[in-house]
Amino acid sequence: MSAAHSHGPAVAEPTSFEFTVENIELAKRIIAKYPEGRQQSAVMPLLDLAQRQCGGWLPKVAIDYVAHYLDIAPIRALEVASFYTMYNLKPVGKHFVQVCTTTPCWLRGSDEVLHACEKKLGIKPGQTTADGQFTVIEVECLGACVNAPMMQIGDDFYEDLTAETTEKILDALARGEKPATGPQNGRIRACPSGGPTTLTESAIKAGVKPAGQA
Amino acid sequence: MPKLTIDGVEIEVAPGTSVLQACEQLGIEVPRFCYHERLSVPANCRMCLVEVERMPKPAASCALPVGEGMVVKTNTPNVHKARKGVMEFLLINHPLDCPICDQGGECDLQDQAVSYGYDRGRFEENKRTVSDKYMGPLIKTYMTRCIQCTRCIRFVDEIAGVPALGGLARGEHLEITPALEAGVNSEMSGNLVDVCPVGALTSKPYSFNARPWELRKTESIDVMDAVGSNIRIDARGGEVLRVLPRLNEDVNEEWISDKTRYAIDGLKRQRLDRPYVRGADGKLKPATWAEAFAAIKAKVDGVAGSKIAGVAGDLVDVESTVALKDLLNALGSQNLDCRQDGASFDASNRAGYIFNTGIAGIENADVVLLIGTNPRWEAPLVNSRIRKTYLTGKLKKVAVIGQNIDLTYPTEWLGNSGSVLTDLANGTHAFAETLRNAKNPLIILGAGALRRGDGPAVQAAARKLAEAVGAVREDWNGFNVLHLAAGRVGALDAGFLPGAGGRDLGGILSGAQKGEIEVVYLLGADEIEGDRFGKAFVIYQGHHGDRGAHRADVILPGAAYTEKNATYVNTEGRVQQARLATFPLGEAREDWKVLRALSAELGQTLPYDTLGQLRQRMVALNPVFGALDRLVPAAWGPFGTEGAVADAHFTSPVENFYMTDPISRASQTMADCTEAFLKPALAAAAAE
Repeated sequence: MSAAHSHGPAVAEPTSFEFTVENIELAKRIIAKYPEGRQQSAVMPLLDLAQRQCGGWLPKVAIDYVAHYLDIAPIRALEVASFYTMYNLKPVGKHFVQVCTTTPCWLRGSDEVLHACEKKLGIKPGQTTADGQFTVIEVECLGACVNAPMMQIGDDFYEDLTAETTEKILDALARGEKPATGPQNGRIRACPSGGPTTLTESAIKAGVKPAGQA
Repeated sequence: MPKLTIDGVEIEVAPGTSVLQACEQLGIEVPRFCYHERLSVPANCRMCLVEVERMPKPAASCALPVGEGMVVKTNTPNVHKARKGVMEFLLINHPLDCPICDQGGECDLQDQAVSYGYDRGRFEENKRTVSDKYMGPLIKTYMTRCIQCTRCIRFVDEIAGVPALGGLARGEHLEITPALEAGVNSEMSGNLVDVCPVGALTSKPYSFNARPWELRKTESIDVMDAVGSNIRIDARGGEVLRVLPRLNEDVNEEWISDKTRYAIDGLKRQRLDRPYVRGADGKLKPATWAEAFAAIKAKVDGVAGSKIAGVAGDLVDVESTVALKDLLNALGSQNLDCRQDGASFDASNRAGYIFNTGIAGIENADVVLLIGTNPRWEAPLVNSRIRKTYLTGKLKKVAVIGQNIDLTYPTEWLGNSGSVLTDLANGTHAFAETLRNAKNPLIILGAGALRRGDGPAVQAAARKLAEAVGAVREDWNGFNVLHLAAGRVGALDAGFLPGAGGRDLGGILSGAQKGEIEVVYLLGADEIEGDRFGKAFVIYQGHHGDRGAHRADVILPGAAYTEKNATYVNTEGRVQQARLATFPLGEAREDWKVLRALSAELGQTLPYDTLGQLRQRMVALNPVFGALDRLVPAAWGPFGTEGAVADAHFTSPVENFYMTDPISRASQTMADCTEAFLKPALAAAAAE
């Protein structure tokens, strides 16, 4: 199996897997989106569902379970799970930190963000902290270049990062808090970093300072 | 029908044809790796690029359906450049180890690199390596050579019906990986070696044995099952090194079973290479032909014909069967039987014991009923035809009376008892309606269904069913018997059966116990326990020191199927000729010659001195032997004996696919397969 996305702590491979009652309901709803007899098309959302239930990764038994659930050969589900990098085939920490280091983020200082993670958590990319709280990996572009540099933790994007804001976020997560997602430098979503440069009147009405105004 | 122009030649082809297929129809060679005419088309190797007018880029011809007025060019500088580029990419990670690669000399990549590649590459970085995978005792892997054409994945998935391989990870990390540690557990897995265009999957037993140009190639017929697969025997000196499939769309397409391909090492072990005579001390001693014949003459002379019997085995050819029949008849014996498995059925009508539909005919069926057979083990190529038909969607339903096992396609299990067949024949079973409504219903009666003692009744019930559901019509005959033994239909056609007042196998064996049968001639018959012959004098003629030879009083060494020019009739009734690839071992001789020589010794000289004369005698005996390589429809008529079908269970006689005859039992490779594939399954079954 590819070494590209194998990371994580030594968690014993579970010996059995079954969807929870809620997930069975969800799975049924997902499968119902596809035509009769084409249930195998639901393999990706179901693998994702299984990954969420397993705490962010897909043990072999879960992949086999999904395959049986969809009546396809286990190897077909494993092919899918091993193809897409967002399926983790090895255990990950509670907070799965994905730092984007593709060119736009890198130009805007992703090295700093990554170093901050490494320093704060004491691990290298691809490793998990001893307490199983954090896993850090480098990833390719996550599509938030306008707010570079950024990282994804769990399902949330944290954008416009610096070393300090990165550390703050990690500290807050370690304390069990939920830090605010999105840009960390006060910018509103993907506005120009200094504030809006067009439609300034409506921006003022909305309470946003246009660019160049103190 | 779309018309298109390829390289300036206009051609009209069926709609849905790909450009590559259209090129092939014109005899234009298009290089390819991933495309295989019997597999789905992934178009991932990009080797078959051609130029099509009004298309911006070269197009993969294998996945491009023809269009009206298309103008295709396969021989332009642009096409050459594109193919060279693809080839350069393919060779980036392919090792330059042709001199130590078993595929060397018959490698698609090697050939096409010479024809379509640059003479040097520009890639200076490190090549990738891939760890080898375990695929069982038959397939040797060298995965670094893999070019990821995915033919193997598609083959096991589509043809073999065992999704045992997958491509894991992606891009440069993509590796073909078996799903299970046990390897590829399929009775068709050997075809992966042929399907692989490079040296990633090669034959384990044949590894590092020979180069293709050293081999003497003989086109012949297989005898490991009753399908009569067309094979090519590759030999060097006196040794058969490998068996490859030969294309025959009507029989085996281009596949063969693992037993056909790999049991040949059994030809080197346990062989009978000289005559033996059992001495006064009860031990078999080597003898000369003269001594062996003298011992037979001493015994047979003065014995009444009615006390002599002959049993023909599973691998016998028609020539020797006819010669033995003629000899025994001349000696006054009518005690002949070729059904050494003890099967009883009515052989008076040819339609009653052959596979009337034909193997290719399966593709026209829409409902199949299997009775007492496990085609997966009894005839893997028949099974793969059923699967092929199922995959096309034409085959709506397969129902099974017998063991409920995985046949690689969905089946409906009707039960295991004989009463199900009775109910069906009487029309009281619900499934009879399904058969009646089918356009082309197909009924396959297995060898296991005929050896239960009530064979004629089973046969009659199946006939009744076939007639009742409209399976026998002018344009369709859906009544089929699937035999196990390559020699069976030929022997039945030759009439190697009890003559007037003669004994069948049961009668011969009980007679031997009681002393009413004094001489038994076993022609390659190895499936009968030796002690069942009582005190009879047993003559064994065959090629392997198996059960028959152990019991024999005189052993006459014969030739195995690779060592004689012989005729075999497959389960369809197709007459095919095997050819001599190597000479018989030691003092062994072709079987009909042995019988001819013995007949002279016994004073009943057979009236043929050459193979040609013997074949004339065969055709005189039964004209079907004259119709080579084609199917002669058998006239429908009554057969079987109406009677009660016993409630007993239908079971397949094959307990171990890998060992069914003296050759495969002597084969080390087949023993390894039994160990690797069947032992774990048996252990798991026992644990449950």
